[in-house]
Amino acid sequence: MEAVSINSLSKSFNKGAIQALDAVSFSVQEGELFGLIGPDGAGKTTLFRILTTLLLPDSGEATVYGWDIRTDYQKIRREVGYMPGKFSLYQDLTVEENLSFFASVFGQKLTDNYALIQDIYEQIAPFKDRRAGKLSGGMKQKLALCCALIHRPKLLFLDEPTTGVDAVSRKEFWEMLKKLKAQGMSILVSTPYMDEANLCERIALIQNGKILSIDSPQGIIKQYPTPLYAVKAKNMISLLATLRQQEQLASCYAFGEYHHISFKSQDAQQLQQLQQTLEAAGHQEISMLAIEPSIEDCFIELMH
Amino acid sequence: MNQFITFIKKEFYHVFRDGKTLLMLFGLPIVQIVLFGFALSNEIKNAKMMILDQAKDASSQQIIERFAASPYFQIEKTINHEAAIEPSFLKGNIKMALILPANLDQDLNHTGTAAVQLLLDASDPNAANTLNGYASSILNSFQQERMLNSKLPLQLTPQIRMLYNPELKGAPTFVPGVMALVLMLVCVLMTSISIVKEKELGTMEILLVSPVNPFLLIIAKAVPYLGLSLINLAIILTLSVTLLDMPIHGSLLLLIAESTLLIITALSLGLLISNVTNSQQAAMLIAILAMMIPTLLFTGFMFPIENMPLPLQWISNLIPAKWYYIIAKSIMIKGLGFAAIWKETLILLGMTVFLLFLSFKKFKTRLE
Repeated sequence: MEAVSINSLSKSFNKGAIQALDAVSFSVQEGELFGLIGPDGAGKTTLFRILTTLLLPDSGEATVYGWDIRTDYQKIRREVGYMPGKFSLYQDLTVEENLSFFASVFGQKLTDNYALIQDIYEQIAPFKDRRAGKLSGGMKQKLALCCALIHRPKLLFLDEPTTGVDAVSRKEFWEMLKKLKAQGMSILVSTPYMDEANLCERIALIQNGKILSIDSPQGIIKQYPTPLYAVKAKNMISLLATLRQQEQLASCYAFGEYHHISFKSQDAQQLQQLQQTLEAAGHQEISMLAIEPSIEDCFIELMH
Repeated sequence: MNQFITFIKKEFYHVFRDGKTLLMLFGLPIVQIVLFGFALSNEIKNAKMMILDQAKDASSQQIIERFAASPYFQIEKTINHEAAIEPSFLKGNIKMALILPANLDQDLNHTGTAAVQLLLDASDPNAANTLNGYASSILNSFQQERMLNSKLPLQLTPQIRMLYNPELKGAPTFVPGVMALVLMLVCVLMTSISIVKEKELGTMEILLVSPVNPFLLIIAKAVPYLGLSLINLAIILTLSVTLLDMPIHGSLLLLIAESTLLIITALSLGLLISNVTNSQQAAMLIAILAMMIPTLLFTGFMFPIENMPLPLQWISNLIPAKWYYIIAKSIMIKGLGFAAIWKETLILLGMTVFLLFLSFKKFKTRLE
């Protein structure tokens, strides 16, 4: 069974001035950890809000566990867990009070599904009498995740759960998601961080309300059309300027400590020719190597 | 039921952990009732006056004594020359001057009539009228006493009784109005931000993606404020009775029941405002503009509704506080029972049901 099935979903705001979603279609399998990867403003939150029945689409169909988002919204609301992008718990309630409140919202007691959240909750348990507003970013996310899980949902919607969280907490967070997946939970997670894409089973790259590509992270990397090279020299800024003047390059952009380039044609000689051109332009300590593209490279490629 | 209790508990946490809300909830009514109770009064006490006594005889002495004994007047000076009067008026030192003619005693004894002159500062016409009334009644009572002594045969004396409020105290008319105003203000203001606050914080987003019944959510928001408002009512009533000498002639239980009805009306109005707005600021602004000002204008305790143009009188019928003001006055001052106020009660009840119904209707189960 498909946990989520979306067919040609569109949504615009301000009377059509902003097209937040443009004929989006994909599906999430039951028990899958599915990532929605895209920059801010790509339409991720709008899509989450439509799937959690908070917004109605302008056109298109979507079902969650077979229930229609328009008509069966009450059934969907009972069965999904939702963690919005903005920290949305009661800041003036303590950790424990928040948790037991959200348990009772779903008509359950804190103890009913404690086993599910135990691993996560134990990390914040030392602060259970602290008000939620006084927690650190990572702690807040863990508490929010606990609150979203407390009723053992079939499907978990996580809207940018790791935004504004430190690197260690991010890593821990993804570990938790893996454990939840292992227990059979379907998870739809969105993130603007490309490096997190590899942690998902399948991903959809989204930009300006359109889906660019859907596949496993490896699949998307395999689709990269041309060999990719990383170039480095002593003066990286002038190197980029020189590279941009080369007409044989299909793409060229700064990427961490290297510049990534790809060629328009697949000629074995051109790498050497470029090396000579760069030396002639006075660049020193030039190094070039062939690399496997990352998700971010794929994203940049797909955007063009 | 369990869920309902958890919701109410949560609302109480919100109130008690927010010092500002708490201060507003209990500080505002106390300050208002004291402030309005004392400031909103058309009574004039200790008005300064001058007396030009040209007679200096037994009668003039008696009149002066009566004025001196009245709590409404304070005799600034007894003078001998008329010329001193006008400068005092101009400087604003006095509000009234009394001129007693020469040979007052003689004239009264022989001709039975004498002309006494009252000069009043009518730059404030209402005050001048009121003082005129006070002074005339003092002079009348003096006159009547003299007539009794002179044992003239037939005479008709009107006996005026000021019903319900014989001492013409200011507090009785104002306190029920202030009570209505304060209860409306606190209840509407508090609840108007309650739901919209959750929208702003984003918690509404989570609550919507859950099986929570909107009915339960809305009622749970109102219950804590109902409880706190009842405590407020007790404070207001105690202050009115002890500090402002307000009598409660009728049934206290009936008064509390009717006040509870007004509180529920106000809470419903607040919830409605909270449901249709998208920010706390907008909710507060609407609560103050759309509720407080009409309540001040149209309740009838500041500006008599009978004097208003007809369209404004119709508008006044839409103001819940107007009906409560009539009810509270009837119970507290006239000591009437439920039979006399059932119509007003029914109107308030109808308004409450209508507002609550509208609140539920306007509750958005989605974000837009």
